Amino acid sequence: MASGSPVLKPDYDQKRAHFIFTDEHEQLRESIRNFAQKELAPHADEWEETTFPDSVFTRMGELGLLGLDKPEEYGGQGGDYYTSLVLAEEMTHAQSGGLTMGVAVHTDMAMPPILAFGTEEQKQQWVVPAIKGEKILCLGITEPDAGSDVAGIKTRAVKDGDEYVINGSKTYITNGHRADLIVLVTKTDADAGYEGFTLFLVPMDAPGVIREKKLEKLGMHASDTALLAFQDVRVPETAVLGEVGKGFYHIMWELQGERLIGAAGCVAGAQRCFDKTLEYAMEREAFGRKIGNFQAIRHKFADMATKIEAARQLTYMTAWRFQNGEYPVREISMAKLFSARTACEVADECLQIHGGAGYMKEYGIERVWRDMRLNRIGAGTDEVMLDVIGRSYGL
Amino acid sequence: MGELGFFGLSKPVEFGGQGGDVLHEAVLSEELAGCGSAGVAAGLGAHVAIATPPVWKFGSDDQKQRYVVPSIAGTKIAALAITEPGAGSDVASLRTTATPVDGGWIVSGEKCYITNGVRADFVVMAVRTTAAGGHGGISFLIVDTDQAGYSASKLEKMGWHASDTALIALDEVFVPEQNLLGGLNEGFKLIMANFQWERLAMSLGSVAAMQNVFDRTLVYATEREAFGRKIGNFQAIRHKFAQMATTIEAGRALTYHALRLFAEGHDATREVTMAKLKTQRDCFELADECLQIHGGAGYMVEYGIERAVRDARLGPIGGGTDEVMREILGRSMGL
Repeated sequence: MASGSPVLKPDYDQKRAHFIFTDEHEQLRESIRNFAQKELAPHADEWEETTFPDSVFTRMGELGLLGLDKPEEYGGQGGDYYTSLVLAEEMTHAQSGGLTMGVAVHTDMAMPPILAFGTEEQKQQWVVPAIKGEKILCLGITEPDAGSDVAGIKTRAVKDGDEYVINGSKTYITNGHRADLIVLVTKTDADAGYEGFTLFLVPMDAPGVIREKKLEKLGMHASDTALLAFQDVRVPETAVLGEVGKGFYHIMWELQGERLIGAAGCVAGAQRCFDKTLEYAMEREAFGRKIGNFQAIRHKFADMATKIEAARQLTYMTAWRFQNGEYPVREISMAKLFSARTACEVADECLQIHGGAGYMKEYGIERVWRDMRLNRIGAGTDEVMLDVIGRSYGL
Repeated sequence: MGELGFFGLSKPVEFGGQGGDVLHEAVLSEELAGCGSAGVAAGLGAHVAIATPPVWKFGSDDQKQRYVVPSIAGTKIAALAITEPGAGSDVASLRTTATPVDGGWIVSGEKCYITNGVRADFVVMAVRTTAAGGHGGISFLIVDTDQAGYSASKLEKMGWHASDTALIALDEVFVPEQNLLGGLNEGFKLIMANFQWERLAMSLGSVAAMQNVFDRTLVYATEREAFGRKIGNFQAIRHKFAQMATTIEAGRALTYHALRLFAEGHDATREVTMAKLKTQRDCFELADECLQIHGGAGYMVEYGIERAVRDARLGPIGGGTDEVMREILGRSMGL
């Protein structure tokens, strides 16, 4: 069937790049990995206490890592969609879910809508410094009373002459404390349903923007998460992003690319955790042998490897379609759902294999476990994904 | 199938084939699942994807003319016989023995769970050719089923009722020396050679079978009403479909990845093993979920769902059990 000699010897050490990646992608992968391992990972523990410093953005800006798939005219590298997958995958070597998330919100959540719907002036003002890492971005969708149900958003923007006056609050905002700009989802017409939303670019130093508190979380401790209040914040008409009344559609478009990037990050995170645990199982002895040589443990690794590979292939296949101009919302939702669940299951199984050591802070497994758990909630819960997929079949 | 040219998709035209490649065979594996009977798909698959490939790959020109050409034409039916009552996944324990005689061998022993074993015209059979144990002393012979001393009886099964599954008894069956397939005592290599394609074909078939039972159940859920609405519009049912669709798509992505590597001539042992492990168990669980959505109707023979569940249950056993797959994977990591 296959060409070559009749019987191929298994070569399990052989590294094969997936077909969507070129040599250039692999070089990029290498350099991001080096950066993450050398400049970020050594500080991971410390940043759990302090949150990661803003200098990570400026350093990544210098290295050109904040605009990999962004147009060159705004200081980006002009790469394809796969370059941002590579970034999401290799940033897991920073061993800090919170840091990875903070950077991803900047590059993959807040920046894309400005590039897609912004005026030339808005792009010059915000995207150019954001790619340099000099300005930090965040995205404001969720409110205390509206999460996945975006239609329930209450933050109002009311026209007053040639200005808008914004009132409301946003919560669970990643980068909310450090950000220079928020891409803010508001309602401009309370009676227009999905047609009543408008996006604004609101400078975080505008009078009336209040950073209420840093929220404490289960995991992702290296990221800052804010509760924000907006009290009579005045912005000019030029702060409207995209079209008035089209905010809901703008933001829904944006979510798709982000979910797939998130899926890639989950797969890579699960792989890191797996690799680390494999190393542990080959060193740790019990009952006179390496624990990895017990069949029960060996089979756990086999099952985990299979799940991770399935999630990876689902993500890559979907990314391939996305890069080639399709808009596969169903499959993106599947990749997001499957990868997030896989990552959580793998993290828990790795913790189990580590035994008591896994429960201790020292090994970093419990942190992965806590960090991963967010992926089944953030950027659309598992249940929302299931609904999106189910409805795509007319149910 | 022979008339339609489906048995020689990847074989050269001079052998009666269609001159295609492994991807054409892959399409066949997928589309056969659409017939709605895993037993039929298994019987045809055993012929085209399991029993004839070793003859094609290791056979002499004479063997190809005598066995592959009529197999492609559909005038001869093939079976592969490895498993014995005392040796399944553990092929090193095979006991059916071939003793050399003038002009060939005398074969005695037993083979079981052999798909197509009753109807087959020839059986590609693993036999022990040296007294030494282990993997080293195994050879393959092509056994004509009309030889004296060959008998086969049908075994009753949980599913796959449309396929014939045989217990084969070999009582001093003569096999001519020109029917030795591949090198003497090199049978283990031959066994391993086709495992990858067999498992890949099973994975492709299961992904297609999952899609088939999913599609049928989706139609049912959008027609069947309960508590005043289509049952598919209940969130609990909608989420079951979403979960199943995700399972299918993940299985498909993993299987196509393995297929791509295999078709390009890479060693894809690890990826094929993963695909086999994932899709076979998934197929059974998914069929069971479809039975659940059908409720009482699913338990009835009429809807064909209960058959799908019974048929799917073989997947985690045949072609190497789930446990054997996990051993292969675990050991590939050095565990």
